[in-house]
Amino acid sequence: MRQDIRITDQAFDPELELAGFRASLSEAGALVSFTGLVRPAGKDGDVSILSLQHYPGMTERGIADAVVKAAERWPLEAALVIHRVGDMTPHDPIVLVATASAHRRAAFEAADFLMDFLKSRALFWKSETGAEGRQWIEPRDEDYADAARWDDS
Amino acid sequence: MAQLLFFGRLGDLAGGTERALGLSEPHTIADLIGILGACDDLLGSALAEPRVRYAINGAIVDADALVEDEDELAFLPPVSGG
Repeated sequence: MRQDIRITDQAFDPELELAGFRASLSEAGALVSFTGLVRPAGKDGDVSILSLQHYPGMTERGIADAVVKAAERWPLEAALVIHRVGDMTPHDPIVLVATASAHRRAAFEAADFLMDFLKSRALFWKSETGAEGRQWIEPRDEDYADAARWDDS
Repeated sequence: MAQLLFFGRLGDLAGGTERALGLSEPHTIADLIGILGACDDLLGSALAEPRVRYAINGAIVDADALVEDEDELAFLPPVSGG
């Protein structure tokens, strides 16, 4: 399986990246992608800046391990993970996950699995800045429950 | 010097994301938290919270792991991405 994992402090264009990913495929009959965007409404009112921190090296290794797990579980031809760090404003893309497989179920599930990992287990720290100042954000209970769905099966 | 890294809200409490600390002998992480907490109660108790994990040179370890003078010790509060 081919994998492309990138953490970047620069804005990226999900459509352009997805077109490149699609062009790289040779066997797949299914391509699933998820794009996460900065929500304008945060936990405490409107968000002006969303900021993400990571631990260079360790964060990438954790994501690479999750991609390996996905490939062990589903027959993937390729996987793409692009994750922003640094300061973003509402509507900016934060994350793009794309998976390609022979058939749709594997691609859907692998993308779902990778997003659940990124939301509550990958080494990122997220803060929102709004009228009330800066606030660190933790995953919701649903995010932890989503990630736990994949644990024991 | 050991390099200490404070992520997320721990960086706000520590007054920065990085700090260098000279260690004449190895200390456990629990000891270092005690040393940091002696100067700053709030930081000490935040670092000792059960949900904070520790990594030495990029590997997750327990609070009884030893930190040596050239090590990088990271304090990892609950994560949130996507």
